[in-house]
Amino acid sequence: MIAVAAGPNRIDPYLIPALDGVAYGLLVFVAASGLVFCFGVANILNLAHGTLYAIGGYTAAALLDGGWASLALALAVGVLAAATAGVLLAGLLTPAATGNHLTQALLTFGVALAGGSLLVAGFGPDDPQVRVPAALDGSVVVAGHRYAAYRLVFIVVAAVISAGLYLVVRRTRAGMLVRAAVDDPEMVACLGVSPRRIRAGVLAAAGALAGGAGVLGAPIIGPGTDTADTVLLLSLVVVVLGGLGSMAGTLLAALAIGEIQTLGVALLPSAAPFLLFAAMAAVLAVRARGLAARWRAT
Amino acid sequence: MTHEVIRWGRRAVAALVLVGLVVAPWVVDDYTTAVLARTLALALVGVSVALLTGVAGMPTLGQTAPYAAGAYACAVLGSRISDVGVVQVVVAAGAGAVLAALTVPLVVHARGVIVLMITLAVGELVVTVLGRWRSVTGGTDGLAGIPAVRPFWGLPVLATDRARYLYALVVAATLLGVVLVLLRTRAGLLLRACRDDETRLRASGHRVPLLVSGAHVAAGAIAGAAGSLLVVAQQYISPADFGFDTSALLLLGVVIGGTASVGGALVGAALVIAARDWLFGVLPGQAPLVLGALFVATVYLLPSGVTRARVRLRPPHAPPSRPGAPAAREHASVAPELGA
Amino acid sequence: MTPLLTVQDVRVRYGSLAALAGVDLSVHDGQRHALIGPNGAGKTTLLNVIAGATRPQRGGTVRFDGRDVSRLGPAARARRGINRIHQRPAVFSTLTATENVVVAALPRAVPRRRWWPGGRRRAAQHRAGPLLEQMGLADVASVPAGHLAHGQRRQLEIAMALAGRPRLLLLDEPASGLSATEVGRLVDLLRALPRAVAVLLVEHRLDLVYALADTVTVLRDGQRLAAGTPDEIRTSPLVRQAYADGVA
Repeated sequence: MIAVAAGPNRIDPYLIPALDGVAYGLLVFVAASGLVFCFGVANILNLAHGTLYAIGGYTAAALLDGGWASLALALAVGVLAAATAGVLLAGLLTPAATGNHLTQALLTFGVALAGGSLLVAGFGPDDPQVRVPAALDGSVVVAGHRYAAYRLVFIVVAAVISAGLYLVVRRTRAGMLVRAAVDDPEMVACLGVSPRRIRAGVLAAAGALAGGAGVLGAPIIGPGTDTADTVLLLSLVVVVLGGLGSMAGTLLAALAIGEIQTLGVALLPSAAPFLLFAAMAAVLAVRARGLAARWRAT
Repeated sequence: MTHEVIRWGRRAVAALVLVGLVVAPWVVDDYTTAVLARTLALALVGVSVALLTGVAGMPTLGQTAPYAAGAYACAVLGSRISDVGVVQVVVAAGAGAVLAALTVPLVVHARGVIVLMITLAVGELVVTVLGRWRSVTGGTDGLAGIPAVRPFWGLPVLATDRARYLYALVVAATLLGVVLVLLRTRAGLLLRACRDDETRLRASGHRVPLLVSGAHVAAGAIAGAAGSLLVVAQQYISPADFGFDTSALLLLGVVIGGTASVGGALVGAALVIAARDWLFGVLPGQAPLVLGALFVATVYLLPSGVTRARVRLRPPHAPPSRPGAPAAREHASVAPELGA
Repeated sequence: MTPLLTVQDVRVRYGSLAALAGVDLSVHDGQRHALIGPNGAGKTTLLNVIAGATRPQRGGTVRFDGRDVSRLGPAARARRGINRIHQRPAVFSTLTATENVVVAALPRAVPRRRWWPGGRRRAAQHRAGPLLEQMGLADVASVPAGHLAHGQRRQLEIAMALAGRPRLLLLDEPASGLSATEVGRLVDLLRALPRAVAVLLVEHRLDLVYALADTVTVLRDGQRLAAGTPDEIRTSPLVRQAYADGVA
């Protein structure tokens, strides 16, 4: 009895940051999957990706009031709003003006700048509060430690979404088209699907994913003036490290980033800002050859 | 015949611009002179962006990193060790080169848009580091009270806005001249060849990773030197000076000015920065919105100018076993513009 | 006499497709060696392996000039004297024709005075002029290569390959896309190549093969089917069968 009671005190004090890392990582994965999708399928570098996430986050802040119904509403509205923003963006990205990634980058950056300004104008310059459903507002005991209930549930939900994404990409016809498009975009165009529709569809899906992540992840990475930049940066690092052809690689990269941002910071607080950079450098240096081969195919 | 006309036209414009820049401080007020000095610093960073983007075919959103390294190195040096301008420029260039050398392994094997992404990430991360490393960089408050600079041993300190501006002009013009001369050498030829078809360059026996690394380090040195100019012009630096929006603005300026021309890139970058500053002065609240709209509008209004960017954002010449449609398309897009 | 190039037991797979299933090949100094075979036989893949652009799997070796070059990349092999032209002419489109040849000549250009700046470039430029003349490109020397016609680009690529002072020249279907006069010029040029340069030629046009080659290797389904003089190959029933099957 006494031995068991003494047990929890000897458990790794870094369990909580590690769990946080999983939550963070899964959130980054779902958020980044929109960018991966965008870039891998439609060959669009979307620097307004973070703004789509922020739309979801601000929606959550505006609509959540502690009840389950508000959560459902916020999710629906956030996903719809971000998807619509994606479609509008697709409309702006006509091939004539945005034939290469450079012009895409510049245009989507302009949209991000304008969009961010609009969000701040609407919601004010401070970080708005996000209220989780009351039932999840407390903490539960996990292996002898107290842990925020919302985050635990979020981990489960994000894992389900990730598994769903995997199944859709691997098992359905749409997913097959996605994988084919990643390999050879020109061939897919030859199959008779209008490129404009593909662009709109892809950006809508990317928006939906980012917006949904923004709503559900608001208590973890909440809305604010820096949110769009942070999410964009993290998503880009995921894309670069995880490669485009492999969902497993992307998931692994996202989880690694999540752990670095939480567990890494807990372990080495003074080195916190360098950690992500160092990790990126290490992975890229080690995998340079393999990644280079994959990049040449993109 | 048209080529000759264009060449002389360009030289005339360049001469006019130079004359205008030299007489400016006697024509405008002190505040504008200081702003012009800062714009020169940024335009020099634009030159380094053009070097990588247009000449070497490696578009970058991360030149703010060596720019920041140079600026902070110069600020620290200026506060504690030496106030001689030449020393500061050299040290700043060195700091920029070192930072570039550190990040080279990240980008040396990457191509095209992946470089954009990595350099963006690196730039952002460097800014984050700057914001948190309070002991050296003063964190988000930045470094202020940097002592005035004397251009050379024995010369008086630069005390007026006009003096500081002229110093910045001399340094920037000298460095631009150095870059233009270097581009005419073997290195410049190889960089252009690398931009056109890297696989072909490899097949001819050249060591491409060495070339790419060299270009990055050189661009880092130029950006670092520009950092020292910022310190002189502003006498205050903070992480906000090196944000990602600066990178994006510079890239836009370089693209507008014509990526293949380093001089044009400088002018383009200066124009864009000036436009941004003017906007922020006129509409402080809505500036980002208008600026964002301007980005979008520019991409539409100058489609030929933007697509004239001879930047290789498609994968390099695909291996012969694979249908080389992208390579062919890229060549096709270059040829018509050359006749224009 | 040891061959200039020895390829041993080279295998390359693309997924479940065996592009090369254990190929041996030897090219001697100064030889004019042709590589023929039906489509999909693996000829271009083999050329890629020799040039260093494709890495073979598991155990195959490539020896060149007495050294094992299996681990070297294309740039290192080019510096040792293996130069190639590609199936689709690969040139630097914004550089002029002269600049193209200069770039190709630089790695093996020897300056007259070692430490004088720009010496290597001048040496390279000296090589460029005569080579362009030889290829009939003297009047387009200052034209950006992207503006040249397909045939001219092919000739430019050959000039670039020669500028590297190769010991072994790999030609991947050099006559494709050329007009009759251009093909004639190509044959003359290849015949006039110095004996010090060995040539490995992949070509579909058998008339060219018989005009140029002194040795022929036939590939089929990633393996060597036969090797010998052009006459031997022409009369071999095995080879006839292989081409008949390939066509059907």
